[in-house]
Amino acid sequence: MAIIGFEEKEFFASGHRACAGCGEALALRHIMKAAGEKTIVAMATGCMEVVSTPYPETAWKVPWVHCAFENAAAVASGVRAALNMKGDKETNVIAIGGDGASFDIGFGALSGAIERGTKFLYIATDNEAYMNTGIQRSGATFPYAATTTSPAGKIIPGKQQPKKPLPFIVASHGVKYVASASVANLPDLKAKVQKALKVNGPTFLHVYVPCIPGWKIDSSTTIEIARKAVETNVFPLYEIEDGVLKFTQKPAEKKQVESYLIMQGRFKHLTPELVKKIQGYVDARFAFLEGIEGKKCFDVLY
Amino acid sequence: MAEKEKAEKVVISGADAIACAVKLCRPKVLPMYPITPSTLVPERLSEFVFNGEMKAEMIHVESEHSAASALYGAYATGVRGFTATASQGLALMHEILPIISASRFPAVMAVANRTLSGPLNIWNDHSDAVSERDQGWIQLYCESAQEAFDTTIMAYKIAETERVSLPVMVCIDGFALSHVYEPVQIEGQSKVDAFLPPYKPHNFLDTSDPKTFGAVAFPNSFFEFHEAEEMAMQEALKVIPKVNEEFGKAFGRKYGDGLVELVEMKNAEYALIGMGTLVGTSRVVVEEMRKQGEKVGLIKLKCLRPFPKDEILQACKKLKGLAVIDRHASLGYEGALTIDLKAALKDEKVKVEGFVAGLGGRDIDVKRLRAAVETIMKGEKGYWLK
Repeated sequence: MAIIGFEEKEFFASGHRACAGCGEALALRHIMKAAGEKTIVAMATGCMEVVSTPYPETAWKVPWVHCAFENAAAVASGVRAALNMKGDKETNVIAIGGDGASFDIGFGALSGAIERGTKFLYIATDNEAYMNTGIQRSGATFPYAATTTSPAGKIIPGKQQPKKPLPFIVASHGVKYVASASVANLPDLKAKVQKALKVNGPTFLHVYVPCIPGWKIDSSTTIEIARKAVETNVFPLYEIEDGVLKFTQKPAEKKQVESYLIMQGRFKHLTPELVKKIQGYVDARFAFLEGIEGKKCFDVLY
Repeated sequence: MAEKEKAEKVVISGADAIACAVKLCRPKVLPMYPITPSTLVPERLSEFVFNGEMKAEMIHVESEHSAASALYGAYATGVRGFTATASQGLALMHEILPIISASRFPAVMAVANRTLSGPLNIWNDHSDAVSERDQGWIQLYCESAQEAFDTTIMAYKIAETERVSLPVMVCIDGFALSHVYEPVQIEGQSKVDAFLPPYKPHNFLDTSDPKTFGAVAFPNSFFEFHEAEEMAMQEALKVIPKVNEEFGKAFGRKYGDGLVELVEMKNAEYALIGMGTLVGTSRVVVEEMRKQGEKVGLIKLKCLRPFPKDEILQACKKLKGLAVIDRHASLGYEGALTIDLKAALKDEKVKVEGFVAGLGGRDIDVKRLRAAVETIMKGEKGYWLK
């Protein structure tokens, strides 16, 4: 069933092997509806690549290419260069990687493709761990979340570091359009994809996608949890256009982070002290965003 | 854009020769990353592109890993590409090499052979390319700058022959050939165009006919992908000599049968075999020893993969001894070439001895090569030719 305002055609078809309730699959489906059929997708290795293309099947109704884990941005660079040489100025090129592929192993390739001014949209779908390999900690894992390599130990209670601020690192490259988006707000996601694709240069989207087994949540709660992430300022929705940050959805009334944490098995080890620490972490990050809201904070080079 | 129609003889380095050949082959996407001693190739190509002499898009990638990945992306989009690297750069590409070959993209890459660290060393041996011999790339080794030029043009033709559809590595010895200036006949554009028609891929990323590239293969299909590659490698053994002949007809130069070249092998009792520039030095050894009445010959191995087993067998049937010069050591056993040759000649009477030589740029001179021949003539064992 298509959502009002979205293209009825499917470009990421049903029948793929993602988990019921997968946030990432839902995001891809609607990203593709927003991008349309004149799009080539270069995807990093990860859950979505594995579930969507078990040879000889494919869920992709647009031309799609996968090479390896850390190189979606480099493959997209080759695709764009080839299109340029063919005189094709119309086709969208979208590179997609999970948080492991984008924040960690493919970080260099992403930075290089941006620095070269490649006309493409890079989408980092973030479910805050290496889910395809079985829920290991990444640079995007939320503080104190339990993963298989940052377990809720007796001495060390989950991941000890903050999330790498990838959107700001990308914005610092001088990118004209950077935005965060969530499966909890599909019209906002659609608008951002379409805005990004209009830019004649590199653009970046950071999309929050709950993971059923990774977050130890019920498959019916994907949207509810994603929405709660926005409402608690855990994952604020903003765009940085021409170097200026603007919120695209600001919670009317800020909810406590605990209401988000309590829904997920990966946080069930948290003590009241840790919850308080996380609240402080979230508040500080949000205060930073509010502090730069409306001001020109990044130089624009592309 | 001025295109040179007439052939001209110039004195250029081996790396320049490759760049000139690449320009004539008209690749459209050039992902490039500098590494000694292959850097002359991207430097020259950059000059061609930035001066408007060549219509291609350079991608100044941030690593060799991304160079191979962008090359993959370009071929997936259906255009001819090229890159060059060496040593650590090729090692960094390692992950992507079998993906390019399994995707059956007919990419061409030049490798200015340099050893692998450690310790750090920028000089020549074959450790980089030989370590990649199992990744589904055809590997052609060159002895001279002219051969580097000619082999690059042949490489595209071989790779793009439909029943092959495999990538090709054109290997030149770092410094010993990449930086050595020799007279090279640069052919005219129209003659090269006639030999190498535009690249016409059957499958590529196309929004009017969407296809999926790089799917996941489970155990029920993975094996067949590799079986198909192996069959293509076997086809390449037939196609390479054919392309070598065609090249000879078009340009008046060819290299043995394209796979191996035999020197003084007709009545030889003992022979040397090796790859790259050490073949040139070996020619001097053979000439000298022939003059002294020794029945010594030389096999130049131009194509390491696919391995021309039948041609080797034929050439070695009457030999008493074969000295294999390996510019690479498979640590813990013998040189890779020695291992291949011992396997190929296991049912023959010829005694095969391996000599690891030239590691990290150590000279392989006439004296050392002669010592290797004399060793097999005495029926003694091979050793490290330090």
